[in-house]
Amino acid sequence: MNYIELSYLDIALAASLLTVNAGLSIYYRLGTAKRLLVAATRMVVQLTLVALVLKALFHTVSPWLTLLVGLAMVGFAGREAMARQDRTFIGFWGYGLGTTSMLMAAAIVTIFALATQFHADPWYDPRYAIPILGMILGNTMTGVSLALDRLLAEADNGRARIEARLALGHTFREAMQEPLKSAMRAGLIPTVNGMAAAGLVSLPGMMTGQILAGVDPVEAVKYQLLVMFLLGGGTALGVFCAMMIALRRLTDPRQRLRLDRLRVE
Amino acid sequence: MLKIEALSRAVLKPVSLEVPDGICVSIRGASGSGKSLLLRAIADLDPCSGRVSLDGTDRSQITADAWRRRVTYVAADSGWWTDKVGDHFEYPDIAAGYLVRLGFHGDVMSWPVSRLSTGERQRLALLRAMVQGPRVLLLDEPTSALDPETTAKVESLLHEKINGGIIVIIVTHDAHQAGRMSERRFRMQDGVLSEEAS
Repeated sequence: MNYIELSYLDIALAASLLTVNAGLSIYYRLGTAKRLLVAATRMVVQLTLVALVLKALFHTVSPWLTLLVGLAMVGFAGREAMARQDRTFIGFWGYGLGTTSMLMAAAIVTIFALATQFHADPWYDPRYAIPILGMILGNTMTGVSLALDRLLAEADNGRARIEARLALGHTFREAMQEPLKSAMRAGLIPTVNGMAAAGLVSLPGMMTGQILAGVDPVEAVKYQLLVMFLLGGGTALGVFCAMMIALRRLTDPRQRLRLDRLRVE
Repeated sequence: MLKIEALSRAVLKPVSLEVPDGICVSIRGASGSGKSLLLRAIADLDPCSGRVSLDGTDRSQITADAWRRRVTYVAADSGWWTDKVGDHFEYPDIAAGYLVRLGFHGDVMSWPVSRLSTGERQRLALLRAMVQGPRVLLLDEPTSALDPETTAKVESLLHEKINGGIIVIIVTHDAHQAGRMSERRFRMQDGVLSEEAS
């Protein structure tokens, strides 16, 4: 594999592009220089730390450490998904809903991938488990937060519509059919768009990275397809799971619409 | 017979009331006094304590959707969940038979909901509940957006249904309407329901 190793000078040269931008911004007083530099610095520090953590982690190959890091990632993803909502459930489920559904989806898909396609040995080898989990979590998080945001907004704003149906003797599931459809669609749009546009509009980042690193394009595409299927499956599973929990929390055994369980930010 | 025993929730003080078949009861009172909350509580749309039964069957013995088919609440603000008017009716054919009596002309069932005026929505929301054949109708200001002539049409249809044996509990701001419609008249004040002297 003719893989061109990057020197720190190469990276510094790439970073100089940003410096030029910052210089232009200062000259024309656009006020973006500081933000650009702060974001770039954050990125360098965060990724460097991650590289160190991953290096240490890959070295140990401990199932418990891998599990711990995986759970921490799910926890952060849950927080992140909740922070993006205008409306959240009061109490445990405010945080627990996104986290539970992401944990389910990411765990199932990651273990499935590790056990079948990657043949990692041992299967919990962090070199495979952690990157796959991270990728799936990132996408599932976006899908879950979009879908949840839409479902809760439709329930809140569409109270008259939903309760009109309940009052006429429709079941809660029937009354929530339209909001549920709309929320599922919202959650899966990024995945569907990503699949439909792949290769035509842009080369997916992972594939580009592999090709630059010297991998044969056909092999890179095979990996990309595998990843897209895993991401699509994980996102759909996570969104579905989040919707089922949210629907349960939005109602009670008497099939009422329980908006009193929501907190509007 | 609709039997309500110590029904209460936040704002609403315990209400006990028995309404025999073919009787209309009216409730008046200031905005925010708890009239709508009482109707919602009877329809089991909000968590509340107390017992409600119809013809001896306690509502906790049947599913909530089955209860609401028998005891149907028609809100002051009607809700519409698809574009076409007719799609909101379980029995559009039966409903069509009442349209002229309620002052409609033409094929309103094929209209988009967005074409309806507030008064038209109000009458259609009442009709879609009525044609499902409930035993009890809980009406929240059903004629607030109607002129006197159309109000009379709605009241005449309701009288016919009441004479046929259904129970109506009507919330209204109009003392005359309360007089025309109901055998028993109540007032709601700060969540307390009391009967007016007849």
